Amino acid sequence: MFSKKSVRLAGFVFIKSRLKWPIPVIKYPTNECQCAVLKRSHSSWTGHKQQTHSEGKSRGVHIYSVRHVSSSTLDPAEVRKFQVLANKWWDIQGEFAPLHAMNELRVPFIRDNLLTVHGGGELGRPLAGLRILDVGCGGGLLTEPLGRMGAEVLGIDPVEVSVRTAEMHSSLDPALRERVRYRACTMEELTEEEGNEEAFDAIVASEVLEHLADLDTFVHCCYCMLKPGGSLFVTTISRTQLSYILGIVMAEQVLRIVPRGTHEWDKFISPVELETLLESSGISVQSVRGMLYNPLSRCWSWQQSTAVNYALHAIKQKEEPPHQTPAED
Amino acid sequence: MFALAKVQQAAAAVGRQCVSVRSVRSVNTLRALSTGHSSSEHGEHGNDVYDIIISGGGMVGTAMACSLGFDPNLQGRKILLLEAGPKKEMDQVPEVYSTRVSSISPGSATLLSGLGAWDHIVNLRCKPYQKMQVWDACSDALITFDKENLQDEMAYIVENDVIVAALTRQLQTLSDQVEVQYRTKVVKYTWPRPFQVADSIPWVQVTLANGRTLQTKLLIGADGPNSMVRSKAGIPTVKWNYDQSAVVAVLHLSEPTENNVAWQRFLPTGPIAMLPLSDTQSSLVWSTSHHHAEELLQMDEESFVDAINNAFWSNENQSDLVEAAGSLFRHALSILMPNGASTRQLPPSVAAIGPKSRVMFPLGMGHASEYIRHRVALIGDAAHRVHPLAGQGANLGFGDVVCLTRVLSQAAFNGKDLGDMQHLLEYETERQRHNLPMMAAVDLMKRLYSTNVAPLVLLRTFGLQATNALPPLKEQIIAYASK
Repeated sequence: MFSKKSVRLAGFVFIKSRLKWPIPVIKYPTNECQCAVLKRSHSSWTGHKQQTHSEGKSRGVHIYSVRHVSSSTLDPAEVRKFQVLANKWWDIQGEFAPLHAMNELRVPFIRDNLLTVHGGGELGRPLAGLRILDVGCGGGLLTEPLGRMGAEVLGIDPVEVSVRTAEMHSSLDPALRERVRYRACTMEELTEEEGNEEAFDAIVASEVLEHLADLDTFVHCCYCMLKPGGSLFVTTISRTQLSYILGIVMAEQVLRIVPRGTHEWDKFISPVELETLLESSGISVQSVRGMLYNPLSRCWSWQQSTAVNYALHAIKQKEEPPHQTPAED
Repeated sequence: MFALAKVQQAAAAVGRQCVSVRSVRSVNTLRALSTGHSSSEHGEHGNDVYDIIISGGGMVGTAMACSLGFDPNLQGRKILLLEAGPKKEMDQVPEVYSTRVSSISPGSATLLSGLGAWDHIVNLRCKPYQKMQVWDACSDALITFDKENLQDEMAYIVENDVIVAALTRQLQTLSDQVEVQYRTKVVKYTWPRPFQVADSIPWVQVTLANGRTLQTKLLIGADGPNSMVRSKAGIPTVKWNYDQSAVVAVLHLSEPTENNVAWQRFLPTGPIAMLPLSDTQSSLVWSTSHHHAEELLQMDEESFVDAINNAFWSNENQSDLVEAAGSLFRHALSILMPNGASTRQLPPSVAAIGPKSRVMFPLGMGHASEYIRHRVALIGDAAHRVHPLAGQGANLGFGDVVCLTRVLSQAAFNGKDLGDMQHLLEYETERQRHNLPMMAAVDLMKRLYSTNVAPLVLLRTFGLQATNALPPLKEQIIAYASK
């Protein structure tokens, strides 16, 4: 109950702040959206986007279709593109700079909450002994730090080329080779596999929810794969008038920084909505914190307002949830 | 206060005094390092990837290795120290003092005791001093620095070999954490691209003279003023030679004294300093022109001793004008601030010098325009070399160690790649902010005191006297130099 209050409080703060939103800040979401869009536009590179959309709607979490690694021999042109992409993911100053910079906030957020829940690991490896699933891992930007902190991490992403980038990047580091694995698959596929039921101490979905078609299924998958008492970490964009104005109207229609139709505002979710959804599925929200990206300093900072970006930590309850889980599909 | 920068030439000349390699122990710590072992077992799979390689096992490099080894957040990381020379152990100090000494500030002493090395140093040999007197050969102006009531130590004079030996002993206790390879020369560094390209090795590659190639996520260059890491990385340095050489020697005093004052006198040719080593011995650091240094080196011992005493005691450079103006100014100050001025003390006279202890080496100053590159960081003299007159050389290096350890520890706790620019930049910014003003001040002092032109002499006379009369200002200076 306490956490609900705090969310409402945050919402209230947002309403207040919306009335007197300072002009320079307007720059911010466009940049963040741009980065989110890029993440996505890379997937369209595979040429499957149109098809994936309809598929995504019918099958829930599938937004992108999956091409399996084994099915094709490598085309040199594709390898070149792949290399270009690999460079982009890990260029700290490049297009993904906001995601790299977000590690300054999200890594300590995840680490400290896990330390609170599970107690300290071993010296030098605070997350040793924990199994973590990183959903939508992309090039492994967040997966690697979690692995370096000692956790055993599985990164999944439906975009095969991202997964291969991530694999290649971490394969060169012997410290990561033992702890970090990647797979091109979806949440549902993973959930259906044997041995994944209640297999993870934590599931991380960073900058992923805003791309999902069916959140109910996603939450259900999380519930299935989390150990009782396990943690869910989310960072995403809220669904507010402000994020609509800045993210869709400004970025796509006025400034045209990103192609039209890139973001679907409907898919954004506010912390209150997300909390309602999680609580009804037996995952109780522990904390919600607003985040703000400053494109000038290229730094993220914690904010009271969860109006645009926020981070959320929730824990799967140890007893059975009330039976409202999405059984409709 | 007048430490000697680590200088290779001097090292060669005085190395005989201290070092003996005790084979039993070296074998013990070298156990993991036999080349056959690692190349056959790990070579192919790239298990030769270290988290951190420190190049250069002098005072600063060894301290860096200890400091990283003791850090809780860096437990389990693969750390390697490479040193071209032999292992320097010391069970008891040699009878004869080494001429290579450093002034260790309280800040550096705190670092060393945190590493557990300070106890060893105290047990071996070090000399605290409570006061420093700096005065001008061209006037009566003087300034004294001391801690309140002479209770606390202002700094310590410690032989460099003692510092290295104490740190080496501590490093042995960390053999699980830090691997050390002595007598290992690096012949080549290969730098990675700033971000990953397929098929390329993303780490720094270190090729050794024995043909082995190591990889590291972060290379720390602690390889002294002529740093190979720095030059191979293409980091430009601003440097100049002072057209001066330093003559160092161990001095025997005429009679035993408390000997707790560091003395420095600015002669027009350069500063001369006498640093306490014991009740009866002091260390000489005399910066002067190359020509004069040569002469001093050629002299017979008796004339050399006379030259030293003369340099500390003679008034021949003083002019009546400056004398009169200076005393007037001092008088005025003493009326304004009756308690400000301090009484002048006289340095002890020198009776003889330690046998064969006279050595000279050229002086210079250098500053790397960048302390870091992608996967590279410079510390100590590799990043900055100062004139020995303020005794800050070793202390600046130890300050680097403290800062870099803190930054890397935090990075490890946050799961970062230790070679990332982001946190290395933090190190660079913080250290340049501290080192540059110190270097500029030392350089300015050196230049201001290299002349006997009357207006400048007058200026520095007034400046020194005014500073001396202002305890708050002096405290600031001491605090900054104590870090």
